Amino acid sequence: MLQIKNLQARAEGKDILRGINLEVGTGELHAIMGPNGSGKSTLAQVLAGQAVYEVTGGEVIYEGKDLLEMSPEERAREGIFLAFQYPVEIPGVSNTYFLRSALNAIRKHRGLPEYDAMDFLALLREKMKLLEMDETLMTRSVNEGFSGGEKKRNEIFQMAVLEPKLGILDETDSGLDIDALKIVANGVNALRSKDRSIIVVTHYQRLLNYIVPDFVHVLYEGRIVKSGSKELALELEEKGYGWLEESAA
Amino acid sequence: MLRPKREGNTELMIATSEKEGLYLSSFMELEKRLAAHSPSWLHEIRRAAMAGFAEKGFPTTRQEEWRNTNVAPIAAVPFQPAATPWERGHPARSGPGGMLVLEDELIERIGQLPLADLACPRLVFINGHFSKPLSALEALPKDVKVGSLAEALACDGETLERHLTRYATDYTEHAFVALNTAFIEDGAFIEIPKGVVLEKPIYLLYVSDASQLPTVSYPRNLVIAGRESQATIIEAYVWGGTGGTGKSAAANEGLYFTNAVSEVAVGEGAVIEYHRLQQESDRGFHFGRVQFHQERSSSVATHSIATGGALVREEVKAVLDGEGAEARLEGLYVITGRQHIDNQTTLDHAQPHCSSREVYKGVLDGESSAVFNGKIIVRKDAQKTDSKQSNKNLLLSEKAVIDTKPALEIYADDVKCTHGATIGQIDAEAVFYLRSRGIGRQEARDLLTYAFANDVLGRIKYEPLRERLSEGLSARLASGQRAEEA
Repeated sequence: MLQIKNLQARAEGKDILRGINLEVGTGELHAIMGPNGSGKSTLAQVLAGQAVYEVTGGEVIYEGKDLLEMSPEERAREGIFLAFQYPVEIPGVSNTYFLRSALNAIRKHRGLPEYDAMDFLALLREKMKLLEMDETLMTRSVNEGFSGGEKKRNEIFQMAVLEPKLGILDETDSGLDIDALKIVANGVNALRSKDRSIIVVTHYQRLLNYIVPDFVHVLYEGRIVKSGSKELALELEEKGYGWLEESAA
Repeated sequence: MLRPKREGNTELMIATSEKEGLYLSSFMELEKRLAAHSPSWLHEIRRAAMAGFAEKGFPTTRQEEWRNTNVAPIAAVPFQPAATPWERGHPARSGPGGMLVLEDELIERIGQLPLADLACPRLVFINGHFSKPLSALEALPKDVKVGSLAEALACDGETLERHLTRYATDYTEHAFVALNTAFIEDGAFIEIPKGVVLEKPIYLLYVSDASQLPTVSYPRNLVIAGRESQATIIEAYVWGGTGGTGKSAAANEGLYFTNAVSEVAVGEGAVIEYHRLQQESDRGFHFGRVQFHQERSSSVATHSIATGGALVREEVKAVLDGEGAEARLEGLYVITGRQHIDNQTTLDHAQPHCSSREVYKGVLDGESSAVFNGKIIVRKDAQKTDSKQSNKNLLLSEKAVIDTKPALEIYADDVKCTHGATIGQIDAEAVFYLRSRGIGRQEARDLLTYAFANDVLGRIKYEPLRERLSEGLSARLASGQRAEEA
């Protein structure tokens, strides 16, 4: 589904990604872990097309196509979804309107009929149950006045509605209490399927108790320095990230 | 130089320029026409206003209050007072017995105006003159007076003498208030007795209709809200013609000037929601003033939504003249092309424990320009005043210009006043967020612009109006986009 080859990117004159290599197969769930500043969020945002980052080298092939050539909306329409670490508040745009516009843009791209307001509402209700969302959140402006937990839950809710082929979760666990974490994890697990790949970017192992990855990668100073199975996450939890500095030295 | 038409007008014979002189001769004609049935107190005020205008003339940009708005284009057009419909001599307009018969075409056209179908009691004015056939006043409590000012002048003289021109008192100083006052003839008169709560809004629709010559109309409105009464008022100024511009349009198509002044006396504990919608033609000129006088514990909320006109000045002024009064002024201007709009607000805190909130937002595209000048006065005795003001602007084009300025005059020492202004572009983070969900770049920009502006509309309580304005806003932003792409 996704091949990242020697990807390099920089922002504000600083190299952040220094040659990432990663292959994600269809239906796989990969966890990318690493200390603060290792480039985890940058990787997630570069894959979604955030123009703040300048790609200086390497390539990303998504379903046989050159991902880096696509605009952010093309990527979304082709099935990529980024759950933001810091979801943006959009005062004045209701969640419902926003999501329907997004879903219809994607469906149009795929030659599917657009949803009308009534059908869409039925779809929303079904997905809301999955994330235990309060219905009043739907008429409120996107993320405006949402608690940290509500925002993160809203990201996964959006993913449930938009049904991407590749979901990238950028520190979706940070700032969540354990109850919210479980709800989010349940939502993600419900979205796992043999056709859908997921990349979970996280600082902590805790999330991986609830979302069990097929593969774990450790990102450090812009490179993947170690890859392994889910046991690697436990090892990291035990040892912290300090050993990385030692082995890098 | 103008020749006096009759003895009494000699004191108006100040050496005025040609531009002002035209208004002076129009005034003399009006005087002649109204001589028989205009009350003498009003006659005096009219003359004082005209003298004030004749003396000072149109303002120039050398005056601080007009520094960023040049009204020379208004002064340059020889506007004629709009004729009453039955004076036009159009055969279709006068039926048997001198009865006014409106052309079906006009009725139909007005029926198609974006806000014409609000289902509430309404008064319709064509070029400033009340049109009974187009108005609808059923379903009002019987002791509520809603009608034309011209009629009220004939039968409610005493009430009018107590209120009319008693709030917008700067008619010898302010050129446009002076002109409006000098030409007081018609408009809306609303009197809501003590304790009456009006369920439905009262809708005042002012249509500028096509005419041969550039015309000026002077709607003058008076609202008296009795103690503990409650009402919602909607003023809407629209162009009734088929188009403001275009090569095939007549030379004067859409070229007119609306000069409207409203005075609103808000009694103790009364609650007023006031809306002012301005959708003049692309070439139209507009001056508007809404002047509130608030008594103890009264509450006023205003919503000034402006999208039309070539050169526009809108003033909202409130005197909070009783303890515990509160005012909330909201405004939205969405302009493009070469439109210019100047918003001036004054919140005059004259008594203690009053609060005011003010939010004005602007969306500027093309080479449009806007002015926001928000004055807050806190008088010496107005302790515990609590006032917040903000003006936020979204510039969609590099050529759009905004001048925004708060002006605080505080003479009391125990007050809370804050103000802030922002000028910005569309938030890039938010655009990326929307695009990352599949929404196209331009659609994302339009949506964010809509959201920025619709925030103001969201606080309009009367749902049919709110929805209608939101739809209009959405269409306007989309059409702006098409123009840009073309």
